[in-house]
Amino acid sequence: MISEYVKESKTLILKVTEEIDQHTADKIRRKLDNEIEIYSPKNVIFDFSGILFMDSSGIGMVLGRYKLVKMLGGNFEIINVNKRMKKIFDMSGVSRIITIREEEDEHNEQIV
Amino acid sequence: MSKLYDNEMKLEFSSKTSNEAFARVAVAAFVSQLDPTIDELSDIKTAVSEAVTNSIIHGYGDEDGTVKIEARIYIDTVQIEVSDNGKGIENIEMAMRPLYTSKPDLERSGMGFTIMESFMDDVKVESAIGFGTKVTMKKKIAPKVIEKIDDNQNDENNIKNILEA
Repeated sequence: MISEYVKESKTLILKVTEEIDQHTADKIRRKLDNEIEIYSPKNVIFDFSGILFMDSSGIGMVLGRYKLVKMLGGNFEIINVNKRMKKIFDMSGVSRIITIREEEDEHNEQIV
Repeated sequence: MSKLYDNEMKLEFSSKTSNEAFARVAVAAFVSQLDPTIDELSDIKTAVSEAVTNSIIHGYGDEDGTVKIEARIYIDTVQIEVSDNGKGIENIEMAMRPLYTSKPDLERSGMGFTIMESFMDDVKVESAIGFGTKVTMKKKIAPKVIEKIDDNQNDENNIKNILEA
């Protein structure tokens, strides 16, 4: 995971670079919460461009972080989401709550 | 006697979440002989990941067990069975309902079956309390038509050439 904090705008950019499933979710979740709690940022941008795979474990992960950021009084958005992830977020209703921006290029998924 | 399927593979592994990535990649590698698109492969990987996760965290929970995957290719269709000998599902209809989860504490969203149904052509769930659960999923891999389009294009050009000659 790569995180970057922009002091001027109090923006925390979180970029996960692992596959998200039930196994990895717990570890990633802890790292993300840790970063959010350290900076207590005004804006959190969750960058999905480094995520090559995500199953429904991603739904809980995103909603959980959204709740934490909101509780701390910040804004939360997700960027660079591919078509399949967008579909998963649409199906589960996540897109109705959280701002999601899709990626421009679609060459983001692993073949095997 | 000829077999009903063209190819088959079977996998067995411990019910550990660390095997999820292995399971979906192994199934994807088996399916790749049907020349699927990246999208079709990702659909299959996602569905397999959901079914395997269900077996591990709901079927077995804190107990150790074995998850089985059997995949078969019938001409252009792949059938994937994911099964466990875990505790079984009491109410399949309720378990398959979107957003229903018996484990909200694990940040489970209750979208597993909905995702399987959305990414595969057919999903069937059989379960017996105390004996386990089997999820059978099917997906047809669309034939690639690129060459054919080129041929048609050539035919059209040929006709054009003949008419213009």
